[in-house]
Amino acid sequence: MHKHGLHRRAFFGWLTVGWVAFSAALGGFLSLVFRYTYPNVNFDPEMDFIAGNPDDYDEGVDERWKNGYGVWIIKQEGKLVALSNICTHLGCIPNWLPAELKFKCPCHGSGYYMNGVNFEGPAPRPLERYKISLNSEGRVVVDKTKIFRYEKGQWDHPDSFIEV
Amino acid sequence: MKELVNTLSDPKYSFTGVIIGFYLFMKYYRTIGTVKFFISSMIIILGVFIWMMQDPNFHAIIVWPDNVPIVILLFAVIFFTWFSIYKAAINDARIEGGETPVEGSVENREKVWTWPNLVYTELMAGTLCVVILVIWSIFLKAPLEEPANPTWAPNPAKAPWYFLGLQEMLVYFDPWMAGVVLPGLIIVGLIAIPYIDTNPKGNGYYTMAERKVAMGGFLFGWLALWVYLIIIGTFLRGPNWTFYGPFEVWDFHKVVAEANVNLSEFFWIKGLGISMPSNIFLREIVGLIVTTGYYVGLTLLCNRSQLGSSLMKSLGKIRYYLLILLLLTMGLLPVKMYLRWLFNLKYLVAMPEFEFNL
Ligand code: FES
Repeated sequence: MHKHGLHRRAFFGWLTVGWVAFSAALGGFLSLVFRYTYPNVNFDPEMDFIAGNPDDYDEGVDERWKNGYGVWIIKQEGKLVALSNICTHLGCIPNWLPAELKFKCPCHGSGYYMNGVNFEGPAPRPLERYKISLNSEGRVVVDKTKIFRYEKGQWDHPDSFIEV
Repeated sequence: MKELVNTLSDPKYSFTGVIIGFYLFMKYYRTIGTVKFFISSMIIILGVFIWMMQDPNFHAIIVWPDNVPIVILLFAVIFFTWFSIYKAAINDARIEGGETPVEGSVENREKVWTWPNLVYTELMAGTLCVVILVIWSIFLKAPLEEPANPTWAPNPAKAPWYFLGLQEMLVYFDPWMAGVVLPGLIIVGLIAIPYIDTNPKGNGYYTMAERKVAMGGFLFGWLALWVYLIIIGTFLRGPNWTFYGPFEVWDFHKVVAEANVNLSEFFWIKGLGISMPSNIFLREIVGLIVTTGYYVGLTLLCNRSQLGSSLMKSLGKIRYYLLILLLLTMGLLPVKMYLRWLFNLKYLVAMPEFEFNL
């Protein structure tokens, strides 16, 4: 019975302690790994921003907010809209080609008209539009948390454009 | 001449060429699997390659540090494919003559110890790899680019080379299909091979004649649908993912008119001349019927055929239908590519409302 210097009960006691310690260590490690997947500093662009005055914009595509905020402001047919610069195919960043008057995605070649509607390549639906409005001082405010999708008929929504 | 090569390398011609070539390859594998054939075709291939390298545009693509390893790998693919065919051709001739395959001959059945025979070979191979990697890293600089920027993408934006086949596939399919469903099926299908394929023939020795269907199916998926697409994606896709022939300048402003149309638009607007019905399922009814027809019809056709019924018998129902399902889904890729090239067809079934497009 005492050959190994350890009672059956004590053995199971140690076994439990061992397993608990192991699971705790593993749990701690996994939680560290999980924490590691979140960035310490977030470089994502702001979700809403003030984009100058409505009459800052000429007819056509304006690229000044593209690099900072990922938004094209487009003035067309008396409307000012905020177009997302994320390809609806797989999320690359298309380029505006002024000579061809279209957006063209470098990843798989999707093309969009100036108003954001897709016409070539694999993109399944038009680019998304963001909420755009005027604040009390008459400045343009773009809010990227609110999205308007063409195929759901949301581009008629009053928040999706400003009349100019 | 260069013009001709540029035109012919357009996917709709070159892929057709690949299919025809593949058919000839399967048919005349005994001729192809000879040393004489290999050496003479290698001389031709290298000659053509050197001729092509004289062109500054082609030269620029080939010596781009990202692409050098791919060129080396392509030659490796050619060699190893030929090598397996070579071995298979020898074995098939032996089997026909009533002998055992080379691997089964008496002198080859002798067993040796893992240590030192295998371990030494592995050590040597490992050392060689390290040497090559060191030399490589000295001579080819890593093509580093500027820091990542979430609101800007390089043009063309290319995946790592081993994913370029997948990226090329994405041109023809919805991201959900080409990015998740099809690659998932490729992986699941490869894992499933040993469970579906219970035919003991070809285990442990090279053969073609005994396993024509299996070899043909696998090699087609590998060479025509994977390697070929990697070649296109790596060497022949330039800015805006536009197609450029091997001797063409990567002109950022090359215009290609490729307005794509969904099958539903073909049917309702161009065919019947009326506007599209608002009910989604009614709108996509043709595509749904065609897709179901493709799967069900071809399955029935297979069941009818001689090969199909003999497979059904040897595999059993479940395995047989799994195999057909996987093969038909693989076939979807070339079918879809041709539909795009010939009719500018975008999607057979287009339901962006449910993120389902085929
Ligand atoms: S991500 Fe834009 S075309 Fe694929």
